[in-house]
Amino acid sequence: MSHDHDHHHHDHDHSELSETELRVRALETILTEKGYVEPAALDAIIQAYETKIGPHNGARVVAKAWTDPAFKQALLEDGSKAIGTLGHVSRVGDHLVVIENTPQRHNMVVCTLCSCYPWEMLGLPPVWYKASPYRSRAVKDPRGVLADFDVTLPKDMEIRVWDSTAETRFLVLPMRPAGTEGWSEEQLADLVTRDSMIGTGFPKTPGAPS
Amino acid sequence: MNGVHDMGGMDGFGKVEPEPNEPVFHEVWESRVLAMVRAMGAAGAFNIDTSRFYRETLPPHVYLSSSYYKKWFLGLEEMLIEKGYLTREEVAAGHATTPGKALKHGKFDLANVERIMVRGKFARPAPAAAKFEIGDRVRAKNIHPTTHTRLPRYVRGHVGVVELNHGCHVFPDSAAMELGENPQWLYTVVFEGRDLWGADGDPNLKVSIDAFEPYLDPA
Repeated sequence: MSHDHDHHHHDHDHSELSETELRVRALETILTEKGYVEPAALDAIIQAYETKIGPHNGARVVAKAWTDPAFKQALLEDGSKAIGTLGHVSRVGDHLVVIENTPQRHNMVVCTLCSCYPWEMLGLPPVWYKASPYRSRAVKDPRGVLADFDVTLPKDMEIRVWDSTAETRFLVLPMRPAGTEGWSEEQLADLVTRDSMIGTGFPKTPGAPS
Repeated sequence: MNGVHDMGGMDGFGKVEPEPNEPVFHEVWESRVLAMVRAMGAAGAFNIDTSRFYRETLPPHVYLSSSYYKKWFLGLEEMLIEKGYLTREEVAAGHATTPGKALKHGKFDLANVERIMVRGKFARPAPAAAKFEIGDRVRAKNIHPTTHTRLPRYVRGHVGVVELNHGCHVFPDSAAMELGENPQWLYTVVFEGRDLWGADGDPNLKVSIDAFEPYLDPA
C-alpha cells in the first residue's frame, strides 16, 4: 500500500493535487506502453460519462411511468426489463429495482460500504453520495440527512432506506407533482431531478423557479 | 473486513454538503482514473469485488483523508502491482521497463468501449434451492471475516424479514479473494429502525440490505 500521503505534510493542497496528477499520468503511461489500454478508448469512456449518461435517462423513465400505468406496473415488477423496452433510453443492465414513493412511504437509497448507484439511469454519483457524512448517517438518521437537503417529511411518514450492498441497483420513482394534469412526457421529465430519484429530494413544482 | 469503509451508523462525519451544478469530474485526473479502472477491469485484470477490496484495505487514515478518485487510484495501482501487471520499479520510473502480462480479455481498445456501458451480469444458475421465502424472519449472522464481505456491521446479529428474492448471484466474499464465483441466493432483508438503533431510533424507519444467503440464519 502507498503511505506517501503521510510524508508530505509540508505540501500545500495544490502541490498535493499536482503530485496525484503526476502519479495518475505515470500510471496511464505505463498501462499504455505495456499494451493494456488504448488512450483513445479511455477518452471515449470519459466522453460517454460526461455527455451521454446522466439523470436525463432516469427522468424519462419516471415521466413515462407517470403517464403510462401499464409501463409503471411493468417497471415496478421488473425495472431492467421494462426500461429495456424503451428505445430512447440508454441500455440498462440487470437487477434494476424501481421503488415507488407513496403518501405513506418515502424511499431513499444509499451505499454504506462504497458507492453503488444506478449509473445507467443517473450517471456517475455526486461527491456527497460517495462521501462519509451521507454513507454513515443515511441508515441511522435519514430525517437528519434530508434536513441537509432542506427536505422535511411528515413525522408519521415511513422512511425506507435501501442500502445497496449487492449488484442490485435502486431507482426511486417519486410522486408526480400536483398541477401537471395533461402534461406531456417531455414536460414532465423536466421536473424530475436527480435527487428525487435517489430519495433526497422531490421533483420540481410546476411554475416554481428551477 | 471490519474496515472504516463500513460506515453505516457511524457518527461525527458532519453534514451532507450537496454541491449545486456539480461537474461530472472536478479534475481531469479523476476522469483518467475512472477510465483506467473501468478499462483494466473490462480487460480482465480484476473483478469488481477485488477492486472494492483493495480500496477497503487502504489504511484507515488514508481511506478517510483521500478523495473518492484518489482512493480509486491508490487501490488500482496497488492491485495491478500485486497481480503482476506492473512493477514498483515501473511506477517509480513512470515508464514500462518490462513487457506486459497477458490480459484475459485482451487490450482495452475503442472496440471495447460500447460493451462496458452496460453493467456486467451477476446472475448465475442456482446450485441449490433457496433456503428462505418472502416473509421469512432471518437473523444476520454475527460474523467478522477479515476478508471482503458485503454484510455491513450495523445489521449483524439483528432480525429482519425477507422482502425480495433476486435470484442467485456471484458471491462477492469469494470473488473478491479470487476463489471463484460461488453463486448464492440474494435477498432484500428489511430491518426495523429501532431494532438496529435502539429505543431512540426513528420509529418510522425501516432499513434494508441485500443479503446473500450465507449471511443469514432462520429466526
